[in-house]
Amino acid sequence: MTALGVAAPERLADLKRRLPTGARLHFSVLALVLVVMAFLPLVVPESALPVAIRTLVFAIMAVGWNLMSGYGGMFSFGHAAFFGVGAYTNAYLLTAFGVSPWIGMIVGAGLSAGVGVLIAYLCLKYKLAGSYFALATFAFAQMFLLVTLNMEFLNKSEGINIPLLPEESWSMLQFDQGSLYYYWIPLVLLGVAVAVSISFVYSRPGQFAQAIRDDPTAAESLGIKVMKYRLIPVALSCAVTAVAGAFYTQYYLFIGPDQAFGLHVSTDAIIPAVIGGIGTIWGPLIGAAVIGPLSAVVAGFLRDPPPFLEFLYGTSGLDIAIYAILLILIVVFLPKGIYGTIRERRRK
Amino acid sequence: MSLLVLDGLSKSFGGLVALGNVNLEIADREYLGIIGPNGAGKTTLLSVLAGQLRPTSGKIVFDGQDITGWSADRVASVGLVRTFQLMRPFESMTVLENVAIASHNKIRSIPKARDHAADVIDRVGLGTYKDAMSGTLPTAGLKRLELARALALEPRVLLLDEVLAGLVPTERAPIIDLLREIHQDGVTVLFVEHIMAAVLALSERLLVMHEGQQLALGVPADVIQDVAVVDAYLGEDY
Repeated sequence: MTALGVAAPERLADLKRRLPTGARLHFSVLALVLVVMAFLPLVVPESALPVAIRTLVFAIMAVGWNLMSGYGGMFSFGHAAFFGVGAYTNAYLLTAFGVSPWIGMIVGAGLSAGVGVLIAYLCLKYKLAGSYFALATFAFAQMFLLVTLNMEFLNKSEGINIPLLPEESWSMLQFDQGSLYYYWIPLVLLGVAVAVSISFVYSRPGQFAQAIRDDPTAAESLGIKVMKYRLIPVALSCAVTAVAGAFYTQYYLFIGPDQAFGLHVSTDAIIPAVIGGIGTIWGPLIGAAVIGPLSAVVAGFLRDPPPFLEFLYGTSGLDIAIYAILLILIVVFLPKGIYGTIRERRRK
Repeated sequence: MSLLVLDGLSKSFGGLVALGNVNLEIADREYLGIIGPNGAGKTTLLSVLAGQLRPTSGKIVFDGQDITGWSADRVASVGLVRTFQLMRPFESMTVLENVAIASHNKIRSIPKARDHAADVIDRVGLGTYKDAMSGTLPTAGLKRLELARALALEPRVLLLDEVLAGLVPTERAPIIDLLREIHQDGVTVLFVEHIMAAVLALSERLLVMHEGQQLALGVPADVIQDVAVVDAYLGEDY
């Protein structure tokens, strides 16, 4: 056996050779983005931290959604189901058995992947495609909402509170309010999610999944097992989204049926990806960087509207209306999203 | 010893018989031309052989193994590979990536699959388009891409569905040369085609189909003489 230290440069060279140029470029950009973003809280005001954290959660969800719906071509309108499974798995394991959220996160991701694969398998087996597939996933998310509302052990509509600890704890993923760890941890999780995306997209299964998205009949005629390579991105997608759910629970120290399985959770995963660019590595991040701050601005605006717009005070749903307008504008003027359109123009 | 045996192969869609009792033995390394008017069942025959359509009755035996009812991906993996008359490129991908998808069937490593795909692309004469997005190719390019993807699977039997349709004569000639070369390399070919000059130039045997039936089968020159064939294919006034 070669010692790891001796083999490392060789293995690095081998890894470099195995990675296509595109993937190498993406990994370099990712490293750069992570480093820059890690220093961000040191320059922006502390009051912006919650917005930044929400933005990171949006970004993780959108990166997850994009794996299944962007690269896999199966439009999910029910990612709340997978976010919620991650959130509730963590909350339940922690409150009932004192399990560390890190483990809860992994268990939740696995469970969510299983649930997602089962749902997608059923939809695909019965040949649901396009809008029918989207509607079916939406129905499953609603079903999870109703089930949770009626489950005694999940506290029905009251949700689950994560007990506040007297002091900071890494193992229990709890820090003082305003701690920068609440920013850096989702940043690292986002980095992992993007790294998973890049690796998947340039891998053999990832290439197969994209071929199937483009033309399932042609892919099958080239010897590709269509069902198998459709379910792989589904599993990854659900796992990544579940991780966002688990972190969300830890940050707010609470999860309820609506926060976990509400319709808005599904749209939170979709909108950044659509705005940034479906089926691109950076689209979901760019979209989240637009939507995260925007949702904070709208919320602040409703809390404290200028005098001439007083009547809007406390109105709910304005954020949804603004998202809708933004979506329409994007679909009309930048049909491939911000990043997708830029990339396309550059190629031509 | 026949490589591919079709035993009483039939396919109906509701009451419509698209394929009625086709019996055929295709030898290893044979080049079989298949002609017939539109709606004769030529594409249906290829789709049934490739596993995209399940036959209503009958049996397909490939290399001694009964492959009737196998899924399309499994049929392709054992070496029975088709192309599509209406080209089906993976449009989000470059030409190289399209072909690498097929190379990946047997090759796990990414760079090896890409090297393999690049060789196949050079072979079909698409080298200059290697990094072009597949959707931007002209018809002649897309036809070559269909062929390249099929070849990258290293098939034993190639099921070609009108690879020459839509091409002008100057574009056809190099593809005809390529097909001859592929055949000489030991690939068995089932060649559905309307361009008679190409069919006659390449086929060792010729099958004429009409309304899902085998009308004639034999040496091309003889078959062409057959009056019934002339009637069915070229119209009775010919």
